[in-house]
Amino acid sequence: MQPRYKYLETIEKHAGLLGVLIAIMVSLGGLAEITPLFMKAHAVEPAPGIKPYDPLRLAGKDVYVREGCHQCHSQMIRTLRFETQRYGAYSVASESVYDRPFQWGSKRTGPDLARVGGKYSDQWQRLHLLDPRQLVPQSNMPGYPWLAKAGVDAQDIQARMRVLRFLGDPYTEEEIAAAPEAVKDKTELDALVAYLQGLGRHPQPDAAAATTAEPQS
Amino acid sequence: MPTTEKYNDHVVRLFLLAAAVWGIVGMSIGVLAAGQLAWPALNFDVSWLTFSRIRANHTFGVIFAFGGSALMGTCYYVVQRTGHTRLALGRLANFTFWGWQLVCVLAMATMPFGITQSKEYAEPEWFIDILIAVVWVSFGTVFFATLARRRIQHIYVANWYYGAFIIAVGLLHIVNNLAVPVSLFKSYPIYSGVVDAMVQWWYGHNAVAFFLTAGFLGMMYYFVPRQAQRPLWSYRFSIVNFWALISVYMWAGSHHLLYSALPDWVQSVGMAFSLVLLMPSLGSAANGLMTFDGSWHKLRTDPAVKFMVLALIFYAASTFEGSMLAIKSANSLSHYTDWTVAHVHSGSIGWVAMITIGSLYAMAPRALDQPAMHSQSAMELHFRLHTAGLLLYVIAMWAAGVTEGLMWRATNPDGSLTYSFLASLVAIKPFYWIRLLGGVLVLLGMVVMAWNLWHTAAAARANLIKPIPVPIPEPTSHQTPSPLPARA
Repeated sequence: MQPRYKYLETIEKHAGLLGVLIAIMVSLGGLAEITPLFMKAHAVEPAPGIKPYDPLRLAGKDVYVREGCHQCHSQMIRTLRFETQRYGAYSVASESVYDRPFQWGSKRTGPDLARVGGKYSDQWQRLHLLDPRQLVPQSNMPGYPWLAKAGVDAQDIQARMRVLRFLGDPYTEEEIAAAPEAVKDKTELDALVAYLQGLGRHPQPDAAAATTAEPQS
Repeated sequence: MPTTEKYNDHVVRLFLLAAAVWGIVGMSIGVLAAGQLAWPALNFDVSWLTFSRIRANHTFGVIFAFGGSALMGTCYYVVQRTGHTRLALGRLANFTFWGWQLVCVLAMATMPFGITQSKEYAEPEWFIDILIAVVWVSFGTVFFATLARRRIQHIYVANWYYGAFIIAVGLLHIVNNLAVPVSLFKSYPIYSGVVDAMVQWWYGHNAVAFFLTAGFLGMMYYFVPRQAQRPLWSYRFSIVNFWALISVYMWAGSHHLLYSALPDWVQSVGMAFSLVLLMPSLGSAANGLMTFDGSWHKLRTDPAVKFMVLALIFYAASTFEGSMLAIKSANSLSHYTDWTVAHVHSGSIGWVAMITIGSLYAMAPRALDQPAMHSQSAMELHFRLHTAGLLLYVIAMWAAGVTEGLMWRATNPDGSLTYSFLASLVAIKPFYWIRLLGGVLVLLGMVVMAWNLWHTAAAARANLIKPIPVPIPEPTSHQTPSPLPARA
């Protein structure tokens, strides 16, 4: 072995050294890209108008997460002209600060939902979730009829709000105490419709900028 | 000093069996999911059969259950042969088998019932994640303990890749799944919004990098020279490719979030590193392919070689495609469309499945102490079914993806959008049917393989209580990184 390969030879003959060097090399990328975001996320307040989900919408969001809607519907309007034309102002980071996990998605078999709130009536959403082809004959979305039969569990929602508060979401004790009243007699379908109707319907922090600025095309 | 030890192939055989079973299970669910997209009545309005619930069963089933079992089995096989030593900690190795099968069964049994974190490729809930971490650390312990008792000083290249696969996947799994439980069946991740997105795609991309690439490259670096009966084309090239691949891959995850609300600089870093990644990716593919130089004639006679060569070609093609799709302007067309689906399946059906099948056909007769697989023509049939299915699948999804991408951005002369979203779905429906046909062919191929393995294992099945010992050869005085000479 030539002298310049001496170091490599040492690595390749010592399993422990090989393992340690691998661990260092695979850690660098994540440290460089995730740490700054993590620090920034803790330093920056959510934009005005972005509040934690109220109990009913939280229940609805968790139904959305449980059913795996993100596999066909994104919630991320990209900074591209044809996206903002189709779906509205492009999404900004401060809009998803209370999404655990994030719901940006990776594939659109159906349209983006980041600003779907208010686009359709509650009744349309309800019927569409139960049987999509009744309203959109060519749709390939599954129906979710079981949501109308399942009630929202008040105690469970309170437990969820406490965990979210522990993670840093600013729920007050009064809000948690009032949760059972808010979800009383509500079905999972009611909750999901409330969540969908709230999507994108807050004073948009960068709304002015997003509509006047030239998106990249 | 001569040894009286025998290779521990018992656990290898168990993983081989598990891989065949999970492959069929995972791909069957994939066929159902593909059918549901083409014909939504197949959801039957039953919650646990619905597409959005079972898609994770397909991805988990093929990646972690099928791929994971194949990787752990071949890893145990390779680390013993390249170190001329018996697997260390035999009981812990058995635990990794049963533990991993328990993980797979629990995950597959909970996800359809909505017990999910809903993080792509990390769906199982927190209690399964803890079990995964325990099994994974045990797997790493067995692997490194076996390396520690090796009787050949130089650690062969395949083991570097298996080592990186074990270390990186452990790190990714733990960091990405940090969560606070609400109850047994529900937890919230500690990350939210943009940080969660970055952590998730750091994980998601590197699950591809280390589970579906580094691990299977470990497989490739052993079984390709073994089957070609040639030394590795370039040892120096493998050093460069290894260190470049494992360090560069980890930076590229943000290319999944281009034009999103992720800060611009992170998007640009991800794109730049994705392009750098071309070098080690194509380098590894070239190193494997060039190893066949001088034994190309085996392509005519050895189905395992056919699978391996086509696997390497698809590896080169799909990593090239991956780097191109990481370029922002190309990504603006492809992202969120079925092009992504085409890309992952050219990587998974093309590269991952084919290198695994090739390796299984090379390993199974040796691990089962048979001269050859039961049926040569069944292997040929499998190759044809698999290749035809792969091409139908990938070409259909490419066409669908480009159609969607172009229709979403098409504008009229007055600047308004030309097509509704629904119009793009209607336009690609025929491709969904072709994709379904491709998936069925791939699945049929797997059934043929399972049948062939079942008959090859006839003797082993008869001796299930008393496993057939495989003797360990003596190391020669000057061990090079090249593989063992062929068995007589």
